[in-house]
Amino acid sequence: MQNSSPLADDPHRKLASQRILVRRKNAGRALVVLASLGSFLLLLIQILHSTGVVTVGFADWRPILYAYLIWAIAIGVGQVVVRRERGLRALFLLPAVLFTVAVVIFPTLFGIYIASLDWNLSSFEGPHFNGLNNLIGLFHDDYYWNALRNMIFYAVAVLGEYAVAFGLALLLNAEIRGRRFFRVVFLLPLMLSPVAVSWMIGKSLMEYRFGPAATLARHLGWDDPAFFASPWIARLSIEAMDAWVSIPFIMIMLLAGLQAMPKDVLEAAKVDGASGWQSFWHVTFPLMLPVSVTVLIIRIIFKLKLADIVINVTAGGPGGATDTVSSFIYRVYRDRSNVGYGTGLAMFYLLMIIVFLTVLLRLSSRWTQKVA
Amino acid sequence: MANFTSASQPVRRHHAASRAPRTLSRVLIYSALLFWAFVCLFPIYWTVTTSFKSALDVTQGHLLPWLDFWPDWKGWRSLGLSPDSILGTSTARAEFVSRFENSIITSVGASVLALVLGSLAAYGLSRFRYKFGWMRNDDILFFFMSQLILPPVVLALPFLVLYKALSLLDTRFGLILLYTLTVLPIVIWIMRDQFNSIPVELDEAAFVDGLSVWGAFIRIVLPLAVPGLVAAFILSLVLCWNEYFFAALLTSTDAKTLPVMVASQTGSQGINWWSMAALSTAAIAPLVIVGIFLERYIVSGLTTGAGK
Repeated sequence: MQNSSPLADDPHRKLASQRILVRRKNAGRALVVLASLGSFLLLLIQILHSTGVVTVGFADWRPILYAYLIWAIAIGVGQVVVRRERGLRALFLLPAVLFTVAVVIFPTLFGIYIASLDWNLSSFEGPHFNGLNNLIGLFHDDYYWNALRNMIFYAVAVLGEYAVAFGLALLLNAEIRGRRFFRVVFLLPLMLSPVAVSWMIGKSLMEYRFGPAATLARHLGWDDPAFFASPWIARLSIEAMDAWVSIPFIMIMLLAGLQAMPKDVLEAAKVDGASGWQSFWHVTFPLMLPVSVTVLIIRIIFKLKLADIVINVTAGGPGGATDTVSSFIYRVYRDRSNVGYGTGLAMFYLLMIIVFLTVLLRLSSRWTQKVA
Repeated sequence: MANFTSASQPVRRHHAASRAPRTLSRVLIYSALLFWAFVCLFPIYWTVTTSFKSALDVTQGHLLPWLDFWPDWKGWRSLGLSPDSILGTSTARAEFVSRFENSIITSVGASVLALVLGSLAAYGLSRFRYKFGWMRNDDILFFFMSQLILPPVVLALPFLVLYKALSLLDTRFGLILLYTLTVLPIVIWIMRDQFNSIPVELDEAAFVDGLSVWGAFIRIVLPLAVPGLVAAFILSLVLCWNEYFFAALLTSTDAKTLPVMVASQTGSQGINWWSMAALSTAAIAPLVIVGIFLERYIVSGLTTGAGK
């Protein structure tokens, strides 16, 4: 009892330390409020300046960016000062959150605003509000719906990529010599930039006159090996190129799944006299289902962004047969400078992706639960 | 003795019977492997060799150097990178070098920035419990991961307008910000998995030794997380190096990256095959080298969480 801390016994000192604590908290809060007010004021001035209400202001919006940065630092410091230990912990997460808010959330909201404008960068009149006209317009845009239909094809084609990749993963998982060599070689296409692939394969290997792929096709009896002339062949050629680049990704994921699979299950199947095909179909495939679903969903997410190859090889042709939504919007902007309409199309696409993926995730989790 | 031989007979016959399908399956496996290796390598081989071909060799479809065509530095000369032109001045080379430099600066810059932001956030999410309004750790992680579904087109046009206002259009810094954003979810995913695999007891021991949260993170945990850091860095590097969509929309002269340069060359009609091939080769060479020597890290980065 005698030894209990002198600090706690001394009410005076305790009060003093509490007072310091309160003062610290107040100082921290004041800093945050001050920084917020300052940046808000700056933003207000700049908005008024750009709308021509006041003459004071900056030539461009760059200072607002710096203001945001300073505000973010002030928030961080404020967290530490006010909440001490917990503030220090929050400091781990804050930079990423503030960055994401600035670079994703804000531009997306801004995009929704742009989507409601009639704004053509090449015309002399500036943006003006036209409400839902962009949205109504896109329902009558046949090229847009055509691109969306193509996306369905491209998304379904992921199943084909998956089948090939599964075969390759099984091959690599077999007892083979030089596994490392084959793994490196099979992975290489993933490293190449889609733009370079567009030229390497789309524009030179598949070239009509003297591309080796065309020569081979002629030898095999196809007299007119035009890979990008008729709609379905063009679509398949684009898909083949994208598959070439992305099959390694699916393969590596499946291979990891195969290697993590318990060996004794397969051996038990062998002891029971299952043939190779049976043990694959009844043991390997069901065990691989969770990995398969994950990799398919990731792959579909990436497939929905497909653009580079289409832009560089066919530019959507022939007649929009290979167009993806991204490549179509790219041309809406590049050829017509139509920022408002293009953003409207993109926003609508995002909405459809979110709905589609939500349904897909629900279905897949229910399905894997039922099977497993 | 007689018993012994009669017993071993059926066994041997069984072996002989199973050897034939076994050899057959070996042959099938290796031929499938070799076929796919050919599919993977031929386009690269074709591109590299074409950069050494003359027009005649291209049109006649010659494939084997020294056997059916005589390699020449043609493609590389047009880029100013052949042995005889490397010392002279060349506008093509100057452009190529500046694009190459832009690609390196943007992809390394974005990867480093994403690594800093991402590993901090991942460490926080792996060790502490946050409450941000209604959002808990899982919600925050989902918030970060959901950026992955955002197609580039959604952000591209708003960014075009915003960057114009911020005068960040056609700057490397502008591209770095966007690239950081595209790879941040992947970095967080990989690093969270990495931090989860490091026992919390290590942090606690560090606290006992008097280190703060940040001290423990920087001095104890981060050095152990190097494999994850390397994997995340290389994967981001690959993704940023190959990015085309944003670069095509947001850069025009100064900050053009290599993919944009390659794409702008393919657009023009009647382009020389050899110079295109040389340019493509130069554009993919760094990543082919990365792929060959750092394959281990790429695989470990890609397969984070796959086997579970």
